[in-house]
Amino acid sequence: MKFSNKRWFIYLLLISFCIIGGLLSALPAGAAEQKNIILATTTSTQDSGLLDVLIPMFEKKTGYFVKTIAVGSGQAMAMGQKGEADVLLVHSPAAEKKFINDGYGVNRRLVMHNDFIIVGPAEDPAKVKGTKSTPESFKKIAATNKLFLSRGDNSGTHAKEKDVWKVAGINPEKEKWYQQTGLGMGQTLNVAAEKKGYTLADRGTYLALKKNLALDILGEGDAILLNIYHVIEVNPVKWPKVNVPGAKAFADFMVAPETQAVIKTFGTEKFGAPLFFPDAGKNVDLLGK
Amino acid sequence: MGLIFDGIKQAFHLMFILDPEVLGITLLSLKVSGSATLISLFFGISVGTAVALNQFPGRRFAVSLINTGMSMPPVVVGLFVTIMLWRNGPMGFLELLYTPTAMIIAQAVIATPIITGITLAAMQQLPQNLRLQILSLGATRLQMVLLLVREARLPLLAAIMAGFGGVISEVGASIMVGGNIKGYSRVLTTATVMETGRGNFDVAIALSIILLLFAFLVNAVLTMVQQRERPK
Repeated sequence: MKFSNKRWFIYLLLISFCIIGGLLSALPAGAAEQKNIILATTTSTQDSGLLDVLIPMFEKKTGYFVKTIAVGSGQAMAMGQKGEADVLLVHSPAAEKKFINDGYGVNRRLVMHNDFIIVGPAEDPAKVKGTKSTPESFKKIAATNKLFLSRGDNSGTHAKEKDVWKVAGINPEKEKWYQQTGLGMGQTLNVAAEKKGYTLADRGTYLALKKNLALDILGEGDAILLNIYHVIEVNPVKWPKVNVPGAKAFADFMVAPETQAVIKTFGTEKFGAPLFFPDAGKNVDLLGK
Repeated sequence: MGLIFDGIKQAFHLMFILDPEVLGITLLSLKVSGSATLISLFFGISVGTAVALNQFPGRRFAVSLINTGMSMPPVVVGLFVTIMLWRNGPMGFLELLYTPTAMIIAQAVIATPIITGITLAAMQQLPQNLRLQILSLGATRLQMVLLLVREARLPLLAAIMAGFGGVISEVGASIMVGGNIKGYSRVLTTATVMETGRGNFDVAIALSIILLLFAFLVNAVLTMVQQRERPK
């Protein structure tokens, strides 16, 4: 008994040392301050893999450390509004304008665009394929009561989808065929594929996930489907703790020619088509024309 | 089925070549959950023992609180820790949000009631007369408590396993307070969620298998100790 007690304590000591060692080595990792930037962005930029390419480039160039928090555009702006992020990369233009007008953000700059697409099962039970107008397609889905998966998370994609329903003059909120996942784009696409439903997706995420999805593009090319990304620096007047130089450095980086060149070719190798089109310095009203 | 097979293949491939990213993610998972368990052990065993050995008004209420805490949803903990740690929040000056330290804090909050509850149950299981006997042999109160904790060490190992198992498999709080930042606060569970979202199911399955293996290894070591010590 005496002997085994001792051994038990040795085990416990060993475990404790491992854990304390782990704790100590985990702590300094959190100590690199000032150089931290919190980037609040959409799931599409992370799920498509674009940020995995751009962030290391930026960090190497500037020495900043970027904490990327991938949420919907709505939540990203809510974080900016509370001063919990330094810089935003979002795609919800109407909400962004309100964000700037309310004084929460400054220096909103155009970065890139791609487009939204309607995807659904290849059998296309609502027969939307070939319909040019997106609101018309939505009307067909509603008229035939076919399942539609909504993000339902205040993301940029969700905002766009609500716009389209509005133009179509339909309020789907309470309908049985209208289901909200509350998840990111990638997961919502998976749900749509599993349940053989329709959904609105950004092309980048769709292309990145296509290999695992039984979903076809059933609507594209309508002007309403343009998906525009802006970078916004959070206004430090309201929240003095915002990392102003860091935010500016990141925003500058996103519109710099080298970065824009990377965006232009990103994904071509893997998906056969670019996922995003760089637009820095362009007039947003002329996009897609 | 083919997907699961691919995932298993991928898991062994990633482990065999010691993929630096997966290795980093795995080590961070162990560090964060291990540290959190250690902190919870300290608070859990102290509080659990104190409540078990003392009579005081409101004791039953305290016990119910602890037992409720054992099933506290991690996302609720995550939400509150996030709000506390916001840089414009009450503890914002610490600048801890989206760091591994914040994850340790959240996981410790999750594991503490689990360990407290099991400690409490274990100490109450000890024969009542044992206390009297120890005291009558002239032990001080501190010596008595230490002896009782030692007597309860086998169930306490179960407490460690439950606590560690609870936090290493937890995802909601980790993603909220850690942010799933690549190479910094990404752990096995949050990486699995992300890879699933990206449609990389084989990688997601591989990460799950690595997580299961580690949970098994840690528990196997603890169980070995526990079973060897079993009173004959």
